[in-house]
Amino acid sequence: MPVIETKDLTIRFGDFTAVDKVSMSIERGEVFGLLGPNGSGKTTIIKALCGLVKIASGSGRLLDLDVRQHAAEVRQRIGYMSQRFGLYEDLTVRENIEFYSGVYGLSAERHARRFADVVALTTITPYLDRRAGQLSGGWKQRLALACAIIHSPEVVFLDEPTAGIDPVARRALWDLVFLLSGQGVTFLVTTHYMDEAERCGRVGYLYNSKLIALGTVDELKRLPAANPPGTARFEINCPNVMEVLASVRLLPYVHEATIFGQSIHALADLSAASALAAAVNVTPRLIEASLEDVFVTLTNQIRNAA
Amino acid sequence: MNRFSGTVPMMRKEFLHLRRDQGTVIFALLIPVVQLIIFGFALNLNVRQIPTVVYDQAPSQRSRELIERFRAADTFAIRGHVTSDEELYREIRQGHAQVALKIPADFADRVLEGRGATVQLLVDGSDSTVSGTALMVFSSLILLENQRLSNSGKPILEARPAVLFNPATRSPNFFVPGLVAVLVQIMVILLVALSVVRERERGTLDQLTVTPVQPLGVMVGKMIPYVVLGFLEICWVLLIMRVVFDVPINGSLATLLLIAIPFLVASSGIGLLISTKAQSQAEAFQMSFGTMLPSIFLSGYIFPINNMPTQFQYLSKIIPTTYYIDVTRGVILRGASLSELWVNGAVLTLMAVVTVALAARQFQRQLS
Repeated sequence: MPVIETKDLTIRFGDFTAVDKVSMSIERGEVFGLLGPNGSGKTTIIKALCGLVKIASGSGRLLDLDVRQHAAEVRQRIGYMSQRFGLYEDLTVRENIEFYSGVYGLSAERHARRFADVVALTTITPYLDRRAGQLSGGWKQRLALACAIIHSPEVVFLDEPTAGIDPVARRALWDLVFLLSGQGVTFLVTTHYMDEAERCGRVGYLYNSKLIALGTVDELKRLPAANPPGTARFEINCPNVMEVLASVRLLPYVHEATIFGQSIHALADLSAASALAAAVNVTPRLIEASLEDVFVTLTNQIRNAA
Repeated sequence: MNRFSGTVPMMRKEFLHLRRDQGTVIFALLIPVVQLIIFGFALNLNVRQIPTVVYDQAPSQRSRELIERFRAADTFAIRGHVTSDEELYREIRQGHAQVALKIPADFADRVLEGRGATVQLLVDGSDSTVSGTALMVFSSLILLENQRLSNSGKPILEARPAVLFNPATRSPNFFVPGLVAVLVQIMVILLVALSVVRERERGTLDQLTVTPVQPLGVMVGKMIPYVVLGFLEICWVLLIMRVVFDVPINGSLATLLLIAIPFLVASSGIGLLISTKAQSQAEAFQMSFGTMLPSIFLSGYIFPINNMPTQFQYLSKIIPTTYYIDVTRGVILRGASLSELWVNGAVLTLMAVVTVALAARQFQRQLS
C-alpha cells in the first residue's frame, strides 16, 4: 500500500491550473524528491496533501486516507517543515518543542519520551535554553525538524528545507532524513539543488503544473526523451566559456548548450563530434547526462513544442 | 474533532511571548497612566436633549405649564413620567434619564397663593458636563417663570436643584471611569491584532495550519492571555483612579470586573477580525487606531450620545466601549448593581461571541 498516492490530482486557483493531473505513488520509507521551477506546483501539491487546498479533480490519498475527508486525521500523522521553519524566535528551543508537542496533543509521558528522542536525534541539547532567534541557520533547521517530528509522524514533508543553509548543515540534515527513513518514515522533499535531488530514491519533475518526469535518478538520466537517438552529451572545457557558448549555440547540430562551472555541456548530434571539436578548438569529452541536463532537455522540448 | 483543539498550547505559548516581550507589558501598564493624567481633566461642551423624566405629584394646569417650558427648552428631552421617588431614582441609576424634574403635590396651590412653590431638579452628577448645563438651564428657566408669574417682582417659584451622584460634579469623576474602558479596548484590540499578524509575517501561522490545531483553538488561545492582561490593566487603572484621582467606587467592584470579561473578549474579537484583514503589522496598527476614534468620540466618553445625530447614535450602539463606559459610570458613580446593568453585560457577551466566531470563520476561509 502506498503511503502517498495521487491520481490525476488537479488544483485550480481561479483560471490558473496550479497542479495538472499529477499522479504519483510513494511507498513507506521512501525519500521522494519533487523538483521544478518556482511556481511549478510543488508546494501546492504538499498543501493539497495536508488538506489545505481544494482539489478540483482527481484524488490525493495519504496513509490510505482521502485527504479531503480526513484532513484532521491526516494532519495528526504528518510533519511539515518549510524553508521558513515556523519557529517562534522569542521562545527558547525547549519552549518551541514543547509548544508543538502541545499542538499535537502529546500526553505528558509521551512528550517526555519523544522530547528526549528528538533532542538526542538532532543533538540540540546544548542549546535547549537558548532563544530560537539566536541560533544559526543550521541549528534553526534542526530545531524545525525536531518540532516537525515530535509527534512521530509517518510522513514528513520538507518544503525546500535547505534553502539558505550552509553545505555542512545541509549534509547533516540529509543524514537525519536517511536515519529516519531507515526507521520507516516517508519523506517528500522539494528542492532546487540537484545534488540533493540525486540523494533522493526517486524524483519527480514538475514543469508548468505537470509532472513531466518520474523515476529513480538513473532511470531519468537514461530517459529516451532526454537522450534522443543519434545525439550525445559533450563537455567542452575552454577558458572563455561565455564567448564559446554563444557560438556553440549557433551551430546547426547543437540542440542545447549550457554552462556548467568552467565548462559547457552541449547536446549535439553524435555524428558531428569532429565538427564540434573543430568549431571550438578543443576536443569535447563525451559525458553521461546529469539530472540537470535531463530537466533542461525536457523543459526545452516542451517549450519548443508549445 | 474538537473545534477548540490547540487552545491550551496556543495560550501557554502566548503567555511566554508576553513574558519575553517586556515592552508590551510596560506599554499596557504605563501608557494608561500617562493618558489618564493627560485626559483626566475637564472638557466643557454644549449639551442638549438631556434625557429627563418628570415626577408630577399632582398634575394641574400650573404644573403642565411648567413642564411645557422644560419641553420647549432644547436642553431637556422629556422621556416620560414617573409616579414615585423610587421609580425616579431607578430611572437615573439605570442611566435611562440623567435629569428628573419633581413637582410637589402642593405646587399649584402655592402658585395661587403666590409664595414658596418649590420645583426640584434632580441631576445625575456622574456626567459633569451634562449636570452643569442642566443646573444652569434649570435656574434660568425658573427665573424666567418667576418674571412671568409675578407682577410684584417677588419670586413665587423656588428652585431646588440637587445633584444625585458625584455631588461636587468633579470632571475626573466623569472622565476617568470612561477612560478605563477606552484605554483597555484600544490596547487589547491592538495587541491581539499584532500578535496574529506577527505570526502571519513570520510564517508560523502557515506551520500551524498543517497541524491539528483548529482555527477556533488558535483564536481563543491567542485571546486569553490578552484578556487576562486587559483585566489586570483594568484593575490597575481603577486603582490609580481611586488613589490618584480620588474617585470613589459607589457600586460593587465585582460587577465592574464581571462585565469587564465579555467586554475584553469582544475587544479581542475585534482585534482578531482586524488580524484576518491586515497583511502587515503596520496595517494592523493603522486599523487598530482606526477603531480608536469612534470608541472615543461615539461611545459617549466625551460627547453625550443623546447629542449625536441619529445615524451616529446607531453607530455608537455597535461599539463595545459604549456599553462598558455605561457600566463603569453606572457602578463607579451611580452605584448601579448587576441587576440594573445586566443588559450591557448581555450585549457585550453577544458581541464577544459574534466577533470571535466571525474571525474564526474568516480565518478558516483564508486557509482554504
